[in-house]
Amino acid sequence: MATYLSLSEEDRRRMLDTIGIASERDLYRDVPEDLYLNEAPNLPSGKSEMEVLKQMKGFAAKNRVFSTVLRGAGAYRHYIPQIVSEVIGKETFLTAYTPYQAEISQGILQSIFEYQTMICELTGMTVANASVYDGATAAAEAAAMCRDRKRSKVLVSELAHPDVLAVMKTYAWAAGCELVLVPAKDGKTDAEALKELVDEKTAGVLVQQPNFYGMIEDAEVLGEIAHEAGAKYIMSVNPIAAAVLKTPADCGADIVVGEGQPLGMPLSWGGPYLGFMATGKDLMRKLPGRIVGETVDSEGRRAFVLTLQAREQHIKREKAGSNICSNEALCAMAAAVYCAAMGPQGIQNAANSSAAKAHYLAEKLEEIGYKKAYTGEFFHEFVTEAPKGAKAALEALKKADILGGLALDENHILWCATEMVSKEELDGAVAVLKEV
Amino acid sequence: MELIFEKSRPGRSHAYLPACDVPAYPFAKEVLREEAPGLPEVSENDVARHYSALERRAFGVNNGFYPLGSCTMKYNPKVNEVTAALEGFTDVHPLQDPETVPGSLEVLNLTKQYLCEITGMEGMTLQPAAGAHGELTGMMLIKRYHELRGEGDKRVKVIVPDSSHGTNPATGTMNGLQVVSIPSTADGCVDLDALRAAVGEDTAGLMLTNPNTLGIFDKNITEITKIIHEAGGLCYYDGANLNAVMGVVRPGDMGFDCIHLNLHKTFSTPHGGGGPGAGAVGCKAFLANYLPVDGSSAICEIPAESIGKVRSFQGNFLVVVRALTYLLSLGKEGVPASAKTAVLNANYLKALLADTYEMANPGLCMHEFVMTMEKEHKECGVSALDIAKGLLDEGMHAPTIYFPLIVHEALMAEPTETESPETIEAAAEIFKKVYHAAIEDPEAAHHWPAKAAISRPDEVLAARKPKLRWAKEEA
Repeated sequence: MATYLSLSEEDRRRMLDTIGIASERDLYRDVPEDLYLNEAPNLPSGKSEMEVLKQMKGFAAKNRVFSTVLRGAGAYRHYIPQIVSEVIGKETFLTAYTPYQAEISQGILQSIFEYQTMICELTGMTVANASVYDGATAAAEAAAMCRDRKRSKVLVSELAHPDVLAVMKTYAWAAGCELVLVPAKDGKTDAEALKELVDEKTAGVLVQQPNFYGMIEDAEVLGEIAHEAGAKYIMSVNPIAAAVLKTPADCGADIVVGEGQPLGMPLSWGGPYLGFMATGKDLMRKLPGRIVGETVDSEGRRAFVLTLQAREQHIKREKAGSNICSNEALCAMAAAVYCAAMGPQGIQNAANSSAAKAHYLAEKLEEIGYKKAYTGEFFHEFVTEAPKGAKAALEALKKADILGGLALDENHILWCATEMVSKEELDGAVAVLKEV
Repeated sequence: MELIFEKSRPGRSHAYLPACDVPAYPFAKEVLREEAPGLPEVSENDVARHYSALERRAFGVNNGFYPLGSCTMKYNPKVNEVTAALEGFTDVHPLQDPETVPGSLEVLNLTKQYLCEITGMEGMTLQPAAGAHGELTGMMLIKRYHELRGEGDKRVKVIVPDSSHGTNPATGTMNGLQVVSIPSTADGCVDLDALRAAVGEDTAGLMLTNPNTLGIFDKNITEITKIIHEAGGLCYYDGANLNAVMGVVRPGDMGFDCIHLNLHKTFSTPHGGGGPGAGAVGCKAFLANYLPVDGSSAICEIPAESIGKVRSFQGNFLVVVRALTYLLSLGKEGVPASAKTAVLNANYLKALLADTYEMANPGLCMHEFVMTMEKEHKECGVSALDIAKGLLDEGMHAPTIYFPLIVHEALMAEPTETESPETIEAAAEIFKKVYHAAIEDPEAAHHWPAKAAISRPDEVLAARKPKLRWAKEEA
């Protein structure tokens, strides 16, 4: 077995002597006899590194990795520069704890400060936190930020990601607060329905941009409706799309959240991912999680620290707005390295190329009878009908080593294209579907 | 040190993507942003050097002894990183059909099975992304239980000892529960009389860490859980300190109904400068139907009894891969051996320090122990903070300071099992050296550290005039 321990029997004996006890059982003298396990747990025997690696490789090999991916729906296969994994694999970044001791953690603190700045740049906002678990919990935390004694209800577009809706629902249920879905019309959030639903009890309105169907929402109009009723406006955005679309700040957002996975994180069957959150100065003290600020040290040198900690659970206990402690720091670093390596032009290229390929695919699919379900601007995802049924279409693609779009029901598919898919692959996928 | 933004020069970049091979799509102007985001424009060499410089200004478990109490900073095995980087795990879409991801499902199921065995639980979810997230999920199970029995409106109070982690009371509030803080005995254990006085028909449950935050195993544990159960409440086990007892005693046998585990503490996955972690939540069979479902809501229905989802998709899957790699390595022999060695190492360090530092609780401890500088602080002004900063100059990380709140001027040390006796002996010498130097010259101690990248930062300035992002105009 591989235990990572470095004590010999002689060491143990010597240490027990120093402590002044006879055996290791004495270390557990407060554990009642009837609770103490005298037998090893029912697990397999420990294995050597060689055996473990073989077993884990066996599990990985059973998973199917598709050469072409036309599925997004909240998780996107973008190109990740090799330097990203190289940097976040650095031993010290990997094995450090939360930077409590600022003097020996300047590297981590500065990297978070830079990440916060990048999120501000992508969203147009003025303040960002150091990250939360994922886009869905970021949305749930944003809803909690909006609530006060007078306003406790939160409205959310039903075209936010299903997991965002589910997680917001769970959090709202736990807190005893109301969550109401705003219906959709023609593939977009129904502005008229939103007008009907907002009232003096509405704390916030959340809209996803682009929405779950890939459509570009009339985000400004929806924000105005929220503000007219005195509610806060939350936008959940795709960060790659945010590099080219009108900024949430320009759309009137009070809080911006999103799933940061497209910024340099592999698909990884769902995680670790990255929840980002940004807001303005007025809501800054309600932002959950760690925040890094710049200050000076006693000699006047630039220094970074965890700041505004009076918001957090370790100080405020039951009066804290959130219980978050650990976050997704290393994923935030991946996002920062991605942004720095790609640069503004590189990310815009990824965004524009994804959009161009999605529009090309939509056009080619339309030619073989896969009609778009909705008209209007979309980004890099869109819904089509599946004339021969979604299942048959996706099965045929699977045989050709293509992960097709996501079946929304028996006859509709949500497609996605990124810069990773070549024209040749898109044409190939369409050729396969033509034969279904 | 310069920020990456300050190294930026217009037009500098590296080509990572090929030219687009389909016609560009002309978006309507009104949906586009006016200016490109102000991200750095740097060469790859700039990025590489920048992060290498940042790495030199950070401190990880690989750099030295890291006795950060309550955080279980054990060695992070290299093979775990290799398995978590396998393409079959990293390049799999979370919404792939289950038949295309049998390997991932096996990883989940095996991990759940092993963790159930170690904790004495019967149901498990790996969806929560961190310890606090696990607490939230676990308390949701308890809330759901009372709700489905028609007692949701009545059972509105959660009991939390004053020695607990801050996440416990904050979790209660997020669950819409009133937090009842009960005093602890001097050794951080539950005051049974205070507990009996606090329980009633309004008790939803208790949140408890055992061993507690003073590193003491509460020997009354079965009596404690019995008091809660007799009042109709349920017991939640905060698994932050499981490293002391894994394979030695099980929360399920202590009478707990649900638990969370920090895979990034007990099961050796790296902390990454603050995350990602994973907060597995286990429960007894009668709560299992309330657990979150593994799949995404995009492809699965949520059963009516389930609390729903707490995170998108399947949680921090690659963290689970690392934890399983570790569990397979340790096996049935290594799990209890690690716990016992963690406790042995903590007691050894404590014994070596006991004649210099005042212990909050003399005698034996579990995997961690708390020292107090209360007397020295009163007598000559040397604080726990001064000691912590002095240790940084000696090439080790500081213990956790000012926690638990019930001990004044607290220094909480957790050496973990992966340190050799020589490392612990050397650390003890450093602790003593720093102590004596501080007592000899308290004024100098207030200015420690002297050898770090910066001296003590002005935290008051940071909070009063928050500067939370870089901006061009200020540069």
